[in-house]
Amino acid sequence: MTLKSILLLLLLFFAGADIVSAGPSKTNEHGEKEAFDAGKMIVDHIVDSYEWHIATIGETHISVYFPVILYDEGAWHIFMSSKFHHGHESYKGYEIASDGQMKGKIIRPLPDGTFVRPIDLSITKNVFAIFVSSIILILVFLHVANAYKRTKKHAPKGFQSLIEPLILFIRDEIARSSIGEKHYEKFLPYLLTVFFFIFFNNIFGLIPIFPLGANVTGNIAVTGVLAFFTFMMTIVMSNKYYWQHIFNTPGVPWWLKLPLPLMPIIEVVGMFTKPFVLMVRLFANITAGHIIILGFMSLIFVFSQASIYAGYGMSLLSVTLVIFMNFLELLVAFIQAYVFTLLSAIFLGMAVEEHAHEEHH
Amino acid sequence: MELVNPGIGLIFWMIIAFGTVFFILKKFAWPSIVQALKEREQHIEEALRAADIAYEEMKKLKIDNELLLKEAKEERDIIMSEARKIREKILDDARVKANEEADRIVESARVRIQSERMAAITDIKNQIAEISIDVAEKIIRQKLQEPKEHQAYIDKVIESKPF
Repeated sequence: MTLKSILLLLLLFFAGADIVSAGPSKTNEHGEKEAFDAGKMIVDHIVDSYEWHIATIGETHISVYFPVILYDEGAWHIFMSSKFHHGHESYKGYEIASDGQMKGKIIRPLPDGTFVRPIDLSITKNVFAIFVSSIILILVFLHVANAYKRTKKHAPKGFQSLIEPLILFIRDEIARSSIGEKHYEKFLPYLLTVFFFIFFNNIFGLIPIFPLGANVTGNIAVTGVLAFFTFMMTIVMSNKYYWQHIFNTPGVPWWLKLPLPLMPIIEVVGMFTKPFVLMVRLFANITAGHIIILGFMSLIFVFSQASIYAGYGMSLLSVTLVIFMNFLELLVAFIQAYVFTLLSAIFLGMAVEEHAHEEHH
Repeated sequence: MELVNPGIGLIFWMIIAFGTVFFILKKFAWPSIVQALKEREQHIEEALRAADIAYEEMKKLKIDNELLLKEAKEERDIIMSEARKIREKILDDARVKANEEADRIVESARVRIQSERMAAITDIKNQIAEISIDVAEKIIRQKLQEPKEHQAYIDKVIESKPF
């Protein structure tokens, strides 16, 4: 236990180290004293990028570059993101937009000042982090599955016993209670996958050591895909009562449905708001946590611009606050995975509910 | 704006990655985990039920045992008291028998003694008669001589005759 807490503390200090190196680099790059922009630093750390910047020592950037894969005007363009030289140069007519609506994304500027956005299937920082966490997830759960085959009917051992309470929790508290005894087993694999995917990525997002520490679950594309999976699952698995509930809601006066289909419209909009809410909630919660942690860290540099001693003094307070925030984020990592899974289970439960439920309205 | 601008590539790779994870785990991990958990729960429940049954049976057995013990004790008491009675009876019988035997022995002794005595008396009578005849014969032989000497002689004879 103590060993683990020491490791955790070390990780937290590494989190500081990462930003320490990233912060002043902004001032050095142009050879002139540039004011430290906390907002820019925070956003740079949260959004996706084509390279994984680990640290900057003096003038040397330590970064991991990923392949850029573009499909534009009927041709594939594949090259390493190092060709952009941290976004300062263009390559084959493509460049990383420095501002505007497509800021941070690869565009092809046109002579008239507009730009073309190619189909961009590049392996980015988040894609890479997703691959890493996916491999870890698969390895972990194949290992756990083997452990279950081995220990059949006996008490769980090792890592299996760490995972088992979570599996039981999802099965009994989420799937069984939200979907019902009859259908829950059908959805259990999906709910377990979603929960552990989100939970692992949330935790990995808090560990600031390559190849972990990317803000995966705080990216709207990732949460959007997860919500989309839940939405598709709801549509595919829904029974006739679900559609009857939407288009001919029982127990509602006829004039709300007939010349003007008010209720059906509301219900159909509701179909889409549910996954939308799933998407935004997870994205916002995780991003907010990262922003707060990075914000506390930025305080050190903001203060040290006024006086180096103020910076030293602030670092003590900041690190303390960041440690506190990290513990809070550990809790949030679990709660958000839980909430996403629970809401998915509730939506799926609505889709397969069987009785005609007039008594509820 | 950057934050809420989803990258098409990320969406594409995310669908592939999550789909793959879901597919692999659904095929190779979750079924055996869920199945094993279910089996274990059933196993535990069965074991608990079996333990309950065993406990009940043990309780019943214990009661049976106690009953048996109680019966055995009662039986033992009965046997013991019977044995005691029998012993007393045997002792009594023996005592009676012994008394009777003793009486019988005493009686026969007495009879024997009586008969012996009678024999002795008869013998004495016979001897007395003999002696008397002898004495009388000797007296008669001496009679004609001196009366004084006569008397002395009688005394001498009587004295010499041992009884």
